[in-house]
Amino acid sequence: MTSLPITLTINGHKHELEVDPRVTLLDLLRERLDLTGTKKGCDRGQCGACTVLVDGKRINSCLALAVSHDGAQVLTIEGVAHGEELHPVQAAFIAHDGFQCGFCTPGQIMSTLGLIAEGQAGDDPERIREGLSGNICRCAAYGGIVEAVLEAQQQLVKADRRTAA
Amino acid sequence: MRDFDYIRPATIPDAIAAAAEPGSAYLAGGTNLLDLMKGGITSPERIVDISRLPELNRIERLDGGGLRIGALVRNADLAHDPAFAKSYPAVAEALLSGASAQLRNAATVGGNLLQRTRCSYFYDTASACNRRQPGAGCDALGGENRLHAVLGWSDACIATHPSDFCVPLVALDAVVEIEGKKGRRHVTLEEFHRLPGETPQRENALEPGDLIVAVRLPAEAASFSANARYLKVRERTSYAFAVVSAAAALVVDGGKIRAARLALGGVAAKPWRARTAEAVLLGADASEATFASAADAALADASPSGDNAFKIELARRIVVRALMSALSGTPERLPALPASPFSNIPGARHDA
Repeated sequence: MTSLPITLTINGHKHELEVDPRVTLLDLLRERLDLTGTKKGCDRGQCGACTVLVDGKRINSCLALAVSHDGAQVLTIEGVAHGEELHPVQAAFIAHDGFQCGFCTPGQIMSTLGLIAEGQAGDDPERIREGLSGNICRCAAYGGIVEAVLEAQQQLVKADRRTAA
Repeated sequence: MRDFDYIRPATIPDAIAAAAEPGSAYLAGGTNLLDLMKGGITSPERIVDISRLPELNRIERLDGGGLRIGALVRNADLAHDPAFAKSYPAVAEALLSGASAQLRNAATVGGNLLQRTRCSYFYDTASACNRRQPGAGCDALGGENRLHAVLGWSDACIATHPSDFCVPLVALDAVVEIEGKKGRRHVTLEEFHRLPGETPQRENALEPGDLIVAVRLPAEAASFSANARYLKVRERTSYAFAVVSAAAALVVDGGKIRAARLALGGVAAKPWRARTAEAVLLGADASEATFASAADAALADASPSGDNAFKIELARRIVVRALMSALSGTPERLPALPASPFSNIPGARHDA
């Protein structure tokens, strides 16, 4: 199969690429662009380790053909911090021990960014657990993850109010 | 994954022409298709990417009160559309009880109808499966089959249809709008999916090239909005397919049931409309005793296809509970765990 030309904007940088149509967005990020923060866990949409934001929405990048997302805006874990300054969600995961081995953490953080943007869970721990059920943590750091999401959510809501005022 | 030609048609007629060629498959959200392709369960030679066809991503109110949902509307966008969730709360609840947030952001309305069974023998290419390879046999019969069908199954196939979304849709008389080589036609969702019989590989009413362009809900579907629920038993709290599920919708006036809709999920190769149960409900007192009679009627023809006799009694109880939930009224806001039989008290742990 011949390669096809696509354009993706990844973490604010435009990439013009030639891709085999079989290549998933996940493999493109990891193997072609060296953005290995996005993890390959199950590669079948079951574990959430590959979660990225595409046009602002969280999806499993393992179940997305790169060619089908021509023109999309992609945000990966590498694009979340501002330079050396961690994003409030990243800082909250550290403060609350929201991980142990860390393998699922990029996916957990990207999924949390999606969850907060969706605005459905608020500060209800049960809604947060349900909203993050697509991200498996085999170390079972779930308690810390929910605390981290709660704190990050509250901080981001406060920051929003300050911006609005 | 097998190599394939990739085509991104600009119009619906171009898409249909491309997909009518043998070996073609439509790609929309891709959440089921890519999984199947990675496992070698399906190996299309040509992928027809319809994900950008412009006309198919709208939710439109129809003259006369019906609703037309474009086939490419994402599951999450539909479930979180405030007007949709208010008018069809059981459908929104079913959508949000399915898959994960990531998958719901990608998966589409049309793709949900066309998702394949999660029977593990269908997924395991080393196993015999008549659905995957006609005439090969069925390793689920006599295998690990506690989650398999109890209604409408045959000796050729005992798989279930995994959709949650389709269960309230079939209860509410949804209609599938299909465009094909011969033009546009409408098929009721109840007739869209097929029972296995001797040809389990024929899963639905689509012919080669046929494209689902929309799902329609008739005006009457919104009349149940005050008393409509979806209830789903899973083997874990979230992110799991139904062991058994039920959609129940009622119109109650003066303690009498004026209209009733009931459908079951996880029990058959199609979303299962329980019409005999609806006949029991219609005009009867809205009471647990009536609901128990309806549940008996709904499962009257059920029989185990293996180690799954428990699903018949479970389905009866889920029917009664779904009807009780519908009777007590649609909640103002969906519970934290949509469709879950566990606690839905805000902030409380489901396992406390």
